[in-house]
Amino acid sequence: MLELYRLMARIREFEEACRRIQRTRTGPGPDGSVSSAGHMPGFVHLYLGEEAIAVGVCAVLRPDDLVASTHRGHGHLIAKGGDVEPMMAELYGRAAGYSKGKGGSMHIFVPEIGMLGTNGIVAAGIPHAVGAALSCKLLGLGRVAVAFFGDGACNQGVFFESMNLAALWALPVIFVLENNLYSEWTESQRLTAGNSLAGRALPFGIPAVVVDGNDVLAVRDAAWEAVARARCGQGPTLIEARTYYYGGHFEGEEFFAGHYRSEADVASWRVRDPIVRFGRTLVDTGETSDSGLELIRREEAERVARAVDSAVAADPPAISELTTDVFADTEPGTHPTVTPVTATS
Amino acid sequence: MFLSEAVAAGIATAMREDGTVFLFGEDVDRSVLGPTKGLVEEFGQERVRNTPISEQAVVGAMIGAAATGLRPVLDLMFGGFLYVAMDQVVNQLAHIGYMSGGRVRLPVVLMAGIGPSGQAGAQHSESPHAALMQAAGVKVVVPSTPADAKGLMIAAIRDPDPVAYLMDVSLAGSRGPVDLADAAVPLGRAAVRREGVHVTVAAMASAVPASLMAAEGLSASGIEVEVIDLRSLVPLDLDTVCNSIRKTRHLVIAETGRRTCGLGAEVAARVLECAWETLEAPPVRVAWPDVPVPFSPSLEFACIVTEGDVAEAVTRALGGRKPSAA
Ligand SMILES: Cc1ncc(C[n+]2csc(CCOP(=O)(O)OP(=O)(O)O)c2C)c(N)n1
Ligand SMILES: [Mg+2]
Repeated sequence: MLELYRLMARIREFEEACRRIQRTRTGPGPDGSVSSAGHMPGFVHLYLGEEAIAVGVCAVLRPDDLVASTHRGHGHLIAKGGDVEPMMAELYGRAAGYSKGKGGSMHIFVPEIGMLGTNGIVAAGIPHAVGAALSCKLLGLGRVAVAFFGDGACNQGVFFESMNLAALWALPVIFVLENNLYSEWTESQRLTAGNSLAGRALPFGIPAVVVDGNDVLAVRDAAWEAVARARCGQGPTLIEARTYYYGGHFEGEEFFAGHYRSEADVASWRVRDPIVRFGRTLVDTGETSDSGLELIRREEAERVARAVDSAVAADPPAISELTTDVFADTEPGTHPTVTPVTATS
Repeated sequence: MFLSEAVAAGIATAMREDGTVFLFGEDVDRSVLGPTKGLVEEFGQERVRNTPISEQAVVGAMIGAAATGLRPVLDLMFGGFLYVAMDQVVNQLAHIGYMSGGRVRLPVVLMAGIGPSGQAGAQHSESPHAALMQAAGVKVVVPSTPADAKGLMIAAIRDPDPVAYLMDVSLAGSRGPVDLADAAVPLGRAAVRREGVHVTVAAMASAVPASLMAAEGLSASGIEVEVIDLRSLVPLDLDTVCNSIRKTRHLVIAETGRRTCGLGAEVAARVLECAWETLEAPPVRVAWPDVPVPFSPSLEFACIVTEGDVAEAVTRALGGRKPSAA
């Protein structure tokens, strides 16, 4: 239980650090140099407020299960066991980053922990999870795959095509829809017909549930059922988790997009903060004390601060890296991608 | 006026003169990259419509709408998102005019922001101009000045055929004068931006200002570069390039995209086919290496086309020689 709290706290601290840095950001130097914390390049989509979904879902996954993520993927990475140091190094474009600095926030792939990738193309990861589930089934490893995606992604055709494929072949995949009500700066209800996103699974014969995405235990329980179904060959499930993002679409958006949400709305969601809520439950049930929670928060903040320091101090990739990695350098016949090792017990 | 504002000004001109022009796209009302900002205020949500994230369906819908009386303009935001709709773009939009024996014409404008704009990562830095040039049936324009941004947009919307209107995102905030008289800049004509006698640099998008800066620098050492802004890639104005190399006898092509099968390859091949004897040395291409655009600032900087890259290419085209007095 405390581990769930710790992971949510880690995501919160990671995202708050990104936010602080982006707010005071000066961007890389004119020659592309990155020499101070304020020189974080690019832009980031933060998971602030949505932590309970990734953590609740990943709590019931095995290390060798697979996850396909989105442009808002830091939370998925951390919940699946990603290390904040190479993550932060990637955000700073460093050689020590998960993608050697070549990818950035939206292109992080960590095969050894089952992370199929964050993704800059909306809905593009959904069929990747379906394909991973296909290989889980065909290789008979008992693994499952999870596709995380947003409410905006539900209007892409590939979402429907993926559900059809998954249902048709009874694949062990869980569709986790993170409904934060917005698609960039437009309320999704202005873009989306019908009144139920979860209901879109039903014509395919895929069971669907709606859960409070700000309640980590509710998410975990829904995911537990879906994963159990998937593992015993009963095919896909869709979980719609209702939530909200505090930071908006991307950090620093006000300059480009202006104001589009009322303070009252944001405040009404802050009251339902997933971390505060779960913390209260933990204290009420005697699992820990306020100071116990405080200690976890502090430890995670320090962990993230160390990751920022080491990312800033790290080296950029050598210029010779510009043209490497386009093709594999392994021998033909060997499968070149690392996959997580399935524990034999 | 900023280049992105000039794009919006061109759309506004076309929307005022023709009630069948409608604007579509994700968040076109707020337009984070700028090229449609302010239009919803003038034309309302009926004519300026935010679309769902459904690129394939929306491009297809533009086709049906254009086939039946509208002149739709669709902003796809980033060039990488165009690939999501590539069946509709190539198999349908580009080819229907021809496949129908000319019975169906599709006046659709597809807008997209192209090129790296500061560590946006590979999928948000694409420049699909070469893929579109290959599609056979889509005209392709790439403005590099605010005046062209407006004038080419007016021409693109009036054009009877599909036009891909590509805005180099790194130029969105560049400033320059625009024609207040709402004149179109005709498609298919390049512009000579700087005259010179030693080397011709044919460039597109942000490679144009990079080439102009390189030309200024080289001028100090006695090398006079002629800079041509190709701005319309389909149809391509080869005459302007050939006229120029008759004078300079050296050619460099600078493009904001990958080298293989790119604009540079096409221009070089066509020049060699029709005017090889006018060249004293092989053409030199300046382009990105054949890689997805890297995120890390130092790698991204090494990937993109800079003033230094163009200057070096000019020197290479001249074979390291100082040009003799012309
Ligand atoms: C194919 C494609 N179209 C458009 C975009 C631009 N874009 C990035 S995120 C986003 C909204 C996504 O909304 P949603 O799926 O609800 O995820 P959220 O950002 O709310 O987490 C859009 C339109 C994109 N990245 N890819
Ligand atoms: Mg959303």
